Amino acid sequence: MTKRRFILLALLVGVLAFLAAGCGGDDDDNEAAGTGGGTTAEGGGDVSGNITVLAVWTGAEGEAFQAVLDGFHEQYPQVAVNYKSAKEPATVLSTAVEGGNPPDIAALPQPGFMTDFAQRGALKPIGFAEEKIREGFSDSWLELGTVDGELYGLFFKGANKSTVWYNVPVFEDAGVEAPADWDAFLEAGETLKASGVTPYSIGAADGWTLTDLFENIYLRTAGPEKYDQLTKHEIPWTDQSVKDALTEMAKVVSSGNIAGGTSSALQTDFPTSVTQVYTDPPKAAQVLEGDFVGGVIADETTAEPDTGFNVYAFPEINDSGPVVVGGGDVMVMFKDNPAARALIEYLATPEAAEIWAEKGGFSSPNKNVDPDVYPDELTQQTATELANAEVFRFDMSDLMPGAFGSDALFTLLQDFVKSPDDIDGITQKLESAAKSAYKSS
Amino acid sequence: MSSTGVRVEFPAGEAPPPPPKASLLRRSLLPLSFLGPALLLLGVWVIYPMVATMYRSLFNDRGTEFVWFDNYELIFTEERLQTALKNNALWVLIVPAAVTAVGLIFAVLTERIVWSTAFKISVFMPLAISLFAVGVIWRIMYQQDPDRGAVNAGIAAIKGEFGSEGVLSQASPSTDDLEGSIAQGFEQKQAVQPGDEALLGLTAIRVPEIPEDAVQAVQPEPLQGGITGVVWRDFTPGGRGTEGEVDRGELGIPGATVELRDSSGDTVDDAKTEPDGTFAFEDVEDGEYRVAVASTTFAAPFKGVNWLGEDLITPSIMFAFIWVNAGFAMVITAAGLASIPRDTLEAARTDGASEWQVFRRITIPLLAPVLTVVFVTQIIGVLKLFDLILSIAPGSTQDDAATLAFVQWQVSFSGQNRFGLGSAIATFILILFIPFLIVNIRRFRADTT
Repeated sequence: MTKRRFILLALLVGVLAFLAAGCGGDDDDNEAAGTGGGTTAEGGGDVSGNITVLAVWTGAEGEAFQAVLDGFHEQYPQVAVNYKSAKEPATVLSTAVEGGNPPDIAALPQPGFMTDFAQRGALKPIGFAEEKIREGFSDSWLELGTVDGELYGLFFKGANKSTVWYNVPVFEDAGVEAPADWDAFLEAGETLKASGVTPYSIGAADGWTLTDLFENIYLRTAGPEKYDQLTKHEIPWTDQSVKDALTEMAKVVSSGNIAGGTSSALQTDFPTSVTQVYTDPPKAAQVLEGDFVGGVIADETTAEPDTGFNVYAFPEINDSGPVVVGGGDVMVMFKDNPAARALIEYLATPEAAEIWAEKGGFSSPNKNVDPDVYPDELTQQTATELANAEVFRFDMSDLMPGAFGSDALFTLLQDFVKSPDDIDGITQKLESAAKSAYKSS
Repeated sequence: MSSTGVRVEFPAGEAPPPPPKASLLRRSLLPLSFLGPALLLLGVWVIYPMVATMYRSLFNDRGTEFVWFDNYELIFTEERLQTALKNNALWVLIVPAAVTAVGLIFAVLTERIVWSTAFKISVFMPLAISLFAVGVIWRIMYQQDPDRGAVNAGIAAIKGEFGSEGVLSQASPSTDDLEGSIAQGFEQKQAVQPGDEALLGLTAIRVPEIPEDAVQAVQPEPLQGGITGVVWRDFTPGGRGTEGEVDRGELGIPGATVELRDSSGDTVDDAKTEPDGTFAFEDVEDGEYRVAVASTTFAAPFKGVNWLGEDLITPSIMFAFIWVNAGFAMVITAAGLASIPRDTLEAARTDGASEWQVFRRITIPLLAPVLTVVFVTQIIGVLKLFDLILSIAPGSTQDDAATLAFVQWQVSFSGQNRFGLGSAIATFILILFIPFLIVNIRRFRADTT
């Protein structure tokens, strides 16, 4: 009996010890990170020190980014860069900032997070690199990196969402060419339909494919100023410009034009919307989504570039010029020290971007990046369009309050696909959803 | 659960009898020190979050303003929450009863078959799959396109046995001269008379579907006392040809069925087209006719039942849930069945009770406690249901399929950050749970005494 009691007590002690160890472990971690991040270089001459960089990239992307950082280390042998990946950088960073232990530099997947951190005073401005950034980046990118008049962000990696990917043999059978403007685009759709292939494939089960389509049309029909106003909800969704854009969008998403008809399109997810363009027989002629479609085609289908699949820029509407809707990862600085500054300046150079560009799966917004380094012609094309866009706008839905931009807007645009004739009804619903979402955020 | 964990028997006769005061202290201290860690963990991970959630539910979404019960009001006013409340009611009414019934039927039937263990294992197997994986499996099986969804593929296979054999799967008229649909055939709008030609142009025909023996379509020759015509693919690449005319490079559709319909719409004759798409009806009586490309020309593919659409999504998810939990219900019920005294059943049978009477009057009453356990467990499972909805319903019908637990996740964590509302829903679900918890605790007490 004594023995039994002893065992129970021992167990109890064990559990308590375990708990204590758990807490202690956390402390150790924090301390380690603290010393790691806190060490700064002595000023002047040679830059040295340890810096920590946090970003979302893992796997092949993580390795590519590590190669970029290795390139930095070659230039600054005295600086040790420690790269950490986090699946949800914004959450990790919020905690780290609260705890007073942010990394030196982080890549944020959405500029909204940058604005948020900047307004909380957690970011250091990167005005020192502005000259260097201005050399390679168009004004749109600088504006996106600016919060309250101060430059905080450098867009290192970009994404071009203004692309259309098509099935080359289907286009050849129908005798149509990649269209340059909206009228030619719609006419090509009719011709494709007459040739027996549904013109468009839409992965409408994922609401973001619809917001991307809407944004592309809206930026072209309404122009960048209205686009910015709508993003901030300075004009209502019942505005005529929204109705006009939806009228154009209805021409694309009407039931006879989308693969499988409305109900099937609404349960087609994005990857399927890509692969079904390249099945035998193809279920549609083209898919309207961003540059990442190329990767899905290469990985999931047997289609070959040029002979099987190809890409063209989202067509102009009313001479809208080369405008691009897209996304990007923005580099921000949480700690101001010479090593971190050096890294920011390095990331703004075309050389840094070229290291990753060569490895594929990467588009640089930097227009000085040598297009020849991209591993294939299609990436070269989409990346060049991105860097050279006269007007670039960030994906609108990513800049909106989550309750609207990644919820209500999704479901309401899905409702719009169900009944594309009811433009007035849908704009009213959009407006009332936007009102409550912007109010509570 | 055994009762040993609840009452700690203090080993009294062990040590020499201590003074009464110390004994009291020891009597309460030792159990507490045993329970301490568990209480601590429960406190940190159950009690504290519960209280914090209730407190949080009285604040706005950012947590900056005390709003009393505004969030609770939203539960009953917001559209998607009303759908969720309705769905939750449906789930509670239908699913636990269905699971219990199916489990009972399986349990009773497996008692009587030879391979009962194999059958039980296969019914029980789904329970070994994570609920989220179950959802992924059914999401794929429920796809509308029969090429992708197994359920519709099965229906298509059965339908295919009775389906028609046509040369084309799809087409539409190239001009307004024809009207109708694939199901009715495409018929001329303008009537023709003997001696006339009928041009039946079709588009939207896929290149791989053009019959191999097709050749250049030809303009039909008029025929004295007969009606001639051509069915062809009225499409020139690039849309360059003239619609309604046979252009160079446009192929005939061989093997299409053409019907001659009189003024009252009855089919008086039919014909098959030649490789160049031409056909002829000879010796036609005077009168007005319309020529139509018959629906038998088309083997319209089965489009698939829209399982994941807004109308069927909830039943579809319910079926997947029943598929998973029937195994659990069956095993528990079978265990209950095994403990029913055989002699009672035998006695009833000797007294002349039919099998149904035995089942209805003896088996079920004796099983009632077990069935209640299954039923209550299922109600709890249904009230907290979340993962199946997330994994089965596509984004476009998530709101139609939503339950309270799902909306709670959706508004809080899917990027909306409406934590005030989310906390209110969580608290509301907790309140819904309380009656069932009480039932379970009562049962538990009854068991231990």
